[in-house]
Amino acid sequence: MDDKIRLDVVTPYGLILSEDVDELTAAGSEGEFGVLPGHVPFITTLRTGMLIIKRDGKTEYVFVSSGYAEVTFNKVVVLADSAERAEDIDVERALAARKRAEERLQQAEKVDFARATAAIERSTIRIQVAEKRSAK
Amino acid sequence: MPGLKEIRKRIGSVKSTKQITKAMKMVAAAKFRKAQTRILELRPYAHKMHSVLTGLAGTVEKGHPLLEVRPRKKVEVLVLTSDKGLCGAFNTNIMKAATRLIKEIQSEEKELSISAIGKKGADLFKRKDIAVRNSWTGISGRISYTNAKEIATDIIENYTNELFDEVILVFNEFKSALVQKVSVVRLLPLADVAGAAEHPMTQDEPVNFLYEPSQQAIFDALLPKNLEIQVYRALLESQASEEAARMTSMENATKAADDMIASLTLQYNKARQAAITKELMDIVGGVEALKQ
Repeated sequence: MDDKIRLDVVTPYGLILSEDVDELTAAGSEGEFGVLPGHVPFITTLRTGMLIIKRDGKTEYVFVSSGYAEVTFNKVVVLADSAERAEDIDVERALAARKRAEERLQQAEKVDFARATAAIERSTIRIQVAEKRSAK
Repeated sequence: MPGLKEIRKRIGSVKSTKQITKAMKMVAAAKFRKAQTRILELRPYAHKMHSVLTGLAGTVEKGHPLLEVRPRKKVEVLVLTSDKGLCGAFNTNIMKAATRLIKEIQSEEKELSISAIGKKGADLFKRKDIAVRNSWTGISGRISYTNAKEIATDIIENYTNELFDEVILVFNEFKSALVQKVSVVRLLPLADVAGAAEHPMTQDEPVNFLYEPSQQAIFDALLPKNLEIQVYRALLESQASEEAARMTSMENATKAADDMIASLTLQYNKARQAAITKELMDIVGGVEALKQ
């Protein structure tokens, strides 16, 4: 078991992912970082972004929005507000969400700028993750 | 004694009422199961969050505004009710507990503000002419984490701006399909985390983590999340309780309708028989009269 990392992705909607992986790359708030088995114990907040999981030579992508990661020797726990595997992403919904957020930004006055840009970022990354799936 | 036609009409109307209550019961049962699974789904997240947070609380030197206990001058009471009725004593129980709490706070001569989650509570306060600081309605039935986030963000903001020094939540805690308990919880200041800091975790071996960006920053980011989870959990529990209460009360209504139909049918048959007897008497009387 020393050459694998146990990865748990947990959201308020349940356990999204729980499996043994070879390698993991995630977007930390201070930059991207990779985790291999035997990593130093490490806690970081995550930006909205994607987790890149390598397992048995295959690559998987998971969308993660504002969460944080706890890395211990050979276990990684990701807690996120929401997370979706690439194949579960609803592209149409993400596109619609982006459109809505962009429209909100257009009416420049009474909008919560931070919220709208965050929504755009989320949906854009969702779409990116989903595209990775179709490129496979 | 009502006539045959009226009784028949009543039986018909009770029957259709029964159909409705039966259908509502079924819908409530389905929704209840859904709400229950969502509570279960939240559990691993809440546990993990709690363990990390308590682990951090022991090591962070500086406090956090959400942990700081200020002199209790103004109290915010959050009342969590449902949006729809027909769920037995669900909302009544909440309002009773809330009113008691409000009286208690007033008798201590503290300032008070009230917020309502759920349409029923908001309407009731309005009817009683009690000012409501903020209200969120239309949530129940389709709760999402975003709702919890919205509520948590609002109370955190007002708490840090010292609009109030304590936040108390009144909601129906889900015990089982038959039992719901009104529960009064203090949301802010976050006491359980502060308490954990005094008794750092002992069971796990201490791990020296690397923190990025910093221990303090992560702690600060996680505390509001902890509150969001508490609100989210309360929303889900209340939802499960609401559907459970609706299930029971609709079950009772269906039973009552059954009883009513039985007694009305009896009455109907009695009346029908009486009518037949009367008719027979008339005929016999007529025949007798002709004989003479």
